[in-house]
Amino acid sequence: MIEEGKKKLWKDYQKEIADDKYFYVRSCIRQTFFPGAETTFIKILQKELGLDLYESAHHTTCTGIAYHSDILPFETTMTVVARQFAIMTESGYTNLVPSCITSFGVYTEILETWKHFPEIEQKVRELLKKATGREFEIPQNLAHASDVIYKYRDAIKEKMKKPLINKKTGEPIRGVEHIGCHYAKMFPKKGVGGAEYPHVLSGMIESWGGQVIDYPERRQCCGFGFRQYLVQANRGYSIACSKKKFESMEPYKPDFILTNCPGCPMFLDKWQYVVSEMEGKTYGENGHGIPVLTFEELAGLVLGYDPWEIGLQVHQVSVEPLLDKMGIDYNPENKYKLYKKNNSEKPEMPNFLKCY
Amino acid sequence: MNKKDKQVIVIGGGIAGMEAASYLSAMGYIVTIVEINDKLGGHLLKWERLFPTNRLGKEVLAFLGQGVENNVKVMTNSEVTKIIKEGDFFEVTINETIKEKADAILLTTGYDLFDATRKEEYGYGIYDNVITSPDLEEMFSSGKEITMKNGKKPKKIGFVHCVGSRDIKVNNIHCSKVCCVTAVKQATEIKEKLPEAEVFCFYMDLRMYGRHFENMYKDSQEKFGVNYIRGRLSEACENADTSILVKVEDTLAGKPLKMSVDLLILLVGFEPSKGTKRIGKMLGIEFSDDGFFKTQDEHTMTNISNIEGVFLAGTCVGPRTITNTIVDARAGAAAIASYLSGYDIMNRKSK
Repeated sequence: MIEEGKKKLWKDYQKEIADDKYFYVRSCIRQTFFPGAETTFIKILQKELGLDLYESAHHTTCTGIAYHSDILPFETTMTVVARQFAIMTESGYTNLVPSCITSFGVYTEILETWKHFPEIEQKVRELLKKATGREFEIPQNLAHASDVIYKYRDAIKEKMKKPLINKKTGEPIRGVEHIGCHYAKMFPKKGVGGAEYPHVLSGMIESWGGQVIDYPERRQCCGFGFRQYLVQANRGYSIACSKKKFESMEPYKPDFILTNCPGCPMFLDKWQYVVSEMEGKTYGENGHGIPVLTFEELAGLVLGYDPWEIGLQVHQVSVEPLLDKMGIDYNPENKYKLYKKNNSEKPEMPNFLKCY
Repeated sequence: MNKKDKQVIVIGGGIAGMEAASYLSAMGYIVTIVEINDKLGGHLLKWERLFPTNRLGKEVLAFLGQGVENNVKVMTNSEVTKIIKEGDFFEVTINETIKEKADAILLTTGYDLFDATRKEEYGYGIYDNVITSPDLEEMFSSGKEITMKNGKKPKKIGFVHCVGSRDIKVNNIHCSKVCCVTAVKQATEIKEKLPEAEVFCFYMDLRMYGRHFENMYKDSQEKFGVNYIRGRLSEACENADTSILVKVEDTLAGKPLKMSVDLLILLVGFEPSKGTKRIGKMLGIEFSDDGFFKTQDEHTMTNISNIEGVFLAGTCVGPRTITNTIVDARAGAAAIASYLSGYDIMNRKSK
């Protein structure tokens, strides 16, 4: 691998990321999948970096899942998104930061559509006005939440308490990154580092002391393709995608998988359990899985946040092996303290995948 | 005016420029070649053997050199920086200072090879064992063994056709015409040098239009065992041992295919050269949709530009083989000679 070649390429894919005053829009599903991720993002921006982030209770789904499943026509999606823009405008913000990669893709696609077909934008403005009485300004800057963390990765490094260094060996902790398909595969110029060798997540790992591992199936979809998982009969395709990735990354012995999409960490995490139940196969060390983190969770860990405060106990694959390598102090007793009424009660353990 | 007083400036000293200059000087014109590099010969300087005969490129270069060695003024390391048309004459400024008069100009500014790093998904410049067809030719020329970057002998080798050609994603819709047969030539040469290696060519169509091309293709399969798989690569990735994992659709078998090769060779296509773009803009020459120069008629005015007195030849007008470039250069010389002797080319009338 010629690292210089990647660096040369990254120069062509440096997007503008606003430095403050963000209108943050949450994902429909991340709060269920990884409930601590978005609150951790907000905490990092507001408390650690002292930035202005605002979110509105009036924000709704962007319709991305329905749009990509052909349930809603594009006109409807555009009008719903126009409403989000209107709420941003009414709130006095101009920099839109979606938490979700699908939303980021939907927003990007709509803004590009309007750039090339202004008459469509005009029509959507009329539809929104008719339906809600609202008007909107187009965001001056659109950046995914991972772009913002990427932008401030060195500022986070300055406050870092637990670098990505194996405490026992002193070696960098090894991470593989997995980028959501809708981040840059549709519009490579809209992603930090482009579509083929994105830098948005690998830049964080490098900055925080870790080592990024490239592996052959890095670009492969995680299996969260909407048509693959929405129809139950198609879910074999979904797990096959994830399994392909696990098999490909396994020989490199990664310490963790880093993601920036709602679906990817969900499936890369949960499918490890399913593969273990189906085939008795696990991909981490000593019967464990490979821990899967969102970028906010990783940022939270390096900043020294309590792993159970940022929701890592809801991961299917136990994160403890990574926490131990990073030298993070955690109380195992607190892991399931919110689980049921009895503090000592633990969730049922899988048959093969070793969990704590 | 006597022929001997008429001067032609040829901009670009590759195959077309050299051959046109030979014929124009043979016809008695004063000919100057202005070449930006330090040597004449263009891309041919870097090519060891040529299809379809496998003769050495330097033999053709020597032949072209003979034509220009006596009666043609050659200016190397020379860049045309300004051209002004004054009546029937051109004043051509070279390297900002030298001014030459010309009665006619022949543009033979050629092509550049497609920059394979633009097909990011193939990993050229990033993966150790992804190289281009000119890189392989350079290995052939050097006489060194064909190896992977780590010095190991490759056991499986893949050729990817149409890299930067017939590809709307990189804004090149045109076929570069020489890559298919170059793959056949290079695949055969590899099998000669490494008979144990397995060689695979991933192609869209095999455009074996030239004389003897089809024979080469047939021999490559029957005598050398080169495998041809009809399908375009979706991506290449690096394995832990630095071999290359390729994903391709085998459209004849109707199946996706994933395989690893030790060396992946990208057949890079033609693009209008920087010089073609720069000189074209400077003179106000019309360009075609594909970015190469536009001739006044695809069939009948093949060397004629939109500016009277400025003629075009070779690959600045579009991808072509060496044979066709030489033929086109001679045609360009004939067009210039007719023009300078008073023939009205567009109206086909003697003045």
